[in-house]
Amino acid sequence: MVKERMSYAKQILHVDLSTGKTEIKPLKEDVAKKYIGGIGLGMHLFLDTSKAGVDPFSPENPIIFATGPLSGTMAPSAGNSYAVVSKSPATEGIAEGKAHGFFGAELKRAGYDAVVFKGKAEKLVYVWIDDNSVQLINAEHLKGKSPYETDVAIREELGDHYIRVSAIGEAGEKLVRVASIINDEFRAIGRTGLGAVMGAKNLKAVAVRGTNDVNVANLEEFTEFIKRIHERMKGPATRKYRTLGTPENVLVLNAIAALATRNFTQATFEGAEKVSGEYLNERYIKKIVGCATCGMRCDHIGVVPEGPYKGSTARVEFECLWALGPNTGVDRLDAIIEAIYQCDYYGMDCISTGGIVGFAMDCYENGVLTKKDTDGLDLRFGNAEALVEMVKRIGSRKGQLADVLAEGTMRAAEKIGKGAVKYANHIKGLELPGYELRTLKTAALGFAVSFRGACHLRSGAYSPDVKGKVDRFKIEKGRGKIVMDGEDLYNVVDSLILCKFSRGVFYEGLDEMAKYYTLATGIKITAEELRQAGERINNLARLINIREGKGTREYDTLPPKIMSVPVPDEGVAKGAYVNQKEFDIGLDDYYEIRGWTKEGIPTVEKLKELGLNDLIHIVNKKIGKPKK
Amino acid sequence: MPAIHDRKFVSADPNKCVGCCVCEYACSVEKEKTYNPTKSRIRAVRLNPLANLAITCRLCEDPPCVTACPRDALTQSEETGIIMVDEEACNGCGWCIEACDYGAVMLHPESKVVFVCDLCQEKGKPQCIEWCPEEALELVTSDVLAQKARRSAVRKLFQESMATR
Repeated sequence: MVKERMSYAKQILHVDLSTGKTEIKPLKEDVAKKYIGGIGLGMHLFLDTSKAGVDPFSPENPIIFATGPLSGTMAPSAGNSYAVVSKSPATEGIAEGKAHGFFGAELKRAGYDAVVFKGKAEKLVYVWIDDNSVQLINAEHLKGKSPYETDVAIREELGDHYIRVSAIGEAGEKLVRVASIINDEFRAIGRTGLGAVMGAKNLKAVAVRGTNDVNVANLEEFTEFIKRIHERMKGPATRKYRTLGTPENVLVLNAIAALATRNFTQATFEGAEKVSGEYLNERYIKKIVGCATCGMRCDHIGVVPEGPYKGSTARVEFECLWALGPNTGVDRLDAIIEAIYQCDYYGMDCISTGGIVGFAMDCYENGVLTKKDTDGLDLRFGNAEALVEMVKRIGSRKGQLADVLAEGTMRAAEKIGKGAVKYANHIKGLELPGYELRTLKTAALGFAVSFRGACHLRSGAYSPDVKGKVDRFKIEKGRGKIVMDGEDLYNVVDSLILCKFSRGVFYEGLDEMAKYYTLATGIKITAEELRQAGERINNLARLINIREGKGTREYDTLPPKIMSVPVPDEGVAKGAYVNQKEFDIGLDDYYEIRGWTKEGIPTVEKLKELGLNDLIHIVNKKIGKPKK
Repeated sequence: MPAIHDRKFVSADPNKCVGCCVCEYACSVEKEKTYNPTKSRIRAVRLNPLANLAITCRLCEDPPCVTACPRDALTQSEETGIIMVDEEACNGCGWCIEACDYGAVMLHPESKVVFVCDLCQEKGKPQCIEWCPEEALELVTSDVLAQKARRSAVRKLFQESMATR
């Protein structure tokens, strides 16, 4: 089918998993421009199709797969992506994640900007979207299979190699609150437990084949534009991702005492060399591959050449390596690759899973958990075999302890009791990524206010700290703006669904992103309008969290260790931690620059300015009637 | 030129190809002015992350697709070796598709006649090669390919002496 020359499909598919009924609704151009696509459009649709206080595992909780305005085009890094949005089983606030690979392009070619799934299938099913034909297909035979096994089996049984599949593993089926959704073998919608939302709906996978054309408004200029981006992708802006990859961070962070080690006990790791990007690439990386339409290669495929985990294969990024490596005190890359493989196999977020294991090890070392609790497993920091075993147990909820840990660090700490909360490193219920927040304090503020919980990719606020652009050992006025600007930009990036590894190739920043958008969609937008869309999306996410009772100041927190235990390592960082006073200065500064109240609630004026008038009722309930 | 075979075709180096599909998009834009891999004359295949290869017509000598066509809709250019499709004569029966060992002949989703790589005759050079970010695609003759294979085999055999200067 020939479509008009613009890159939105202008269609939103609604699938009711309880009844099997489907409905197509139009995507209006004003909504498209306001929310762009990806997480922005996804959150808008989430608010539109859900009620306040919905249980993340209830059939009433919608889960939305949204493409971006550039998905399906030849746009490098943005042509291949999709985002998933829902209410998070981990934070009970907004959940969102993005993944690249091949799936997103296929979904757009099938003719949809987004698919909204509601209800719950009676038995395990997968949804087969073949252009305009949408079917629910029995998936009982796929129960317990990994996302990749599911992918292969579906392509086999439907008889088309080019079908793209986004699936959950056993962890998602068993409602592990850190379950991921994985497409194209190792591309994960990792964070916030979205895989468990699919599991609660008995939705094993979404399989797509799209054969429609995807067109852009101005093909000639668009082609020139992406040719330029391709060229830049061969240059310095992407060097890191094409060479050592993100594991380059290991030694960089270690050198500045910012490599969180053993569940944020130390800020440096004596085993850093052995898990460094350099060591990894020399001994384990077999090939570096890439996603559809992208001119940059970043997927470092690690293969274990010998030993007990021989043959284990996984895509290795810094965050996974860190969470399952330094964070658990493990300095063996073969075991780390195996642990990443197991996370992908069961379908779990590597960051959160590593966070949970690190937390459990910390409890074990401090006598909160004993060998009796671990069924004989010696859960000391650095025990590589115990790490791998624990990952498998959590993925299948095997044994009493793993069943508790599968609830995520926050809930597990409450259930374990005995002071376990002291070792629970999470924000809003989401485990911390690999940045030592006691020595990277702009990052600390950024992580605390992030709408999806602890996250380095909501603002990139670690960057000014690591690059030495600010004094990273304190929070002061001005940091609020740094965080806000980062957030608004990243909201745009995640709504266009550009890959963050490619953010550096946009030399002109938002100006070029606006041009990119207009050339593809034909919808005129300025850099300022695009920035404001980013701001709107951040406020939208905040409103969703407020509606769910999780969006005010008391939820913008840091873990106890970050706020009370000084860094013990000798050197520049010794004694560092975030004190309440500077943290409050940071929060006040951030809320003020955002135009929010002291409680972190967007003001009516701000919402009007952003064109969110229809959502004022959410804050009115919180702020109460205006004072006379 | 004493070459055995002058016909050049597009070949992907399995060591360089990463399965990114940029060639598919470049082809569909060049030939069809749209983004649609199902309209591309070159297709990338990823069996797993370590096994990727883009494949298109290899301009075979005595091409089986031409032989297979019951309606004589396919002919091979004597000059270039390109397979030419008479769109009036083709009825989309698919015998040529079945005959091709490489899956390089495909049925067009809209016109329902077969289509195959023509090395971007109008443009002068294959656009997939122009766009390939890995420089994995090359316009080669079978003789060049054989040479490459020989050199790589010898290099393997003499790994040690190749390492010294």
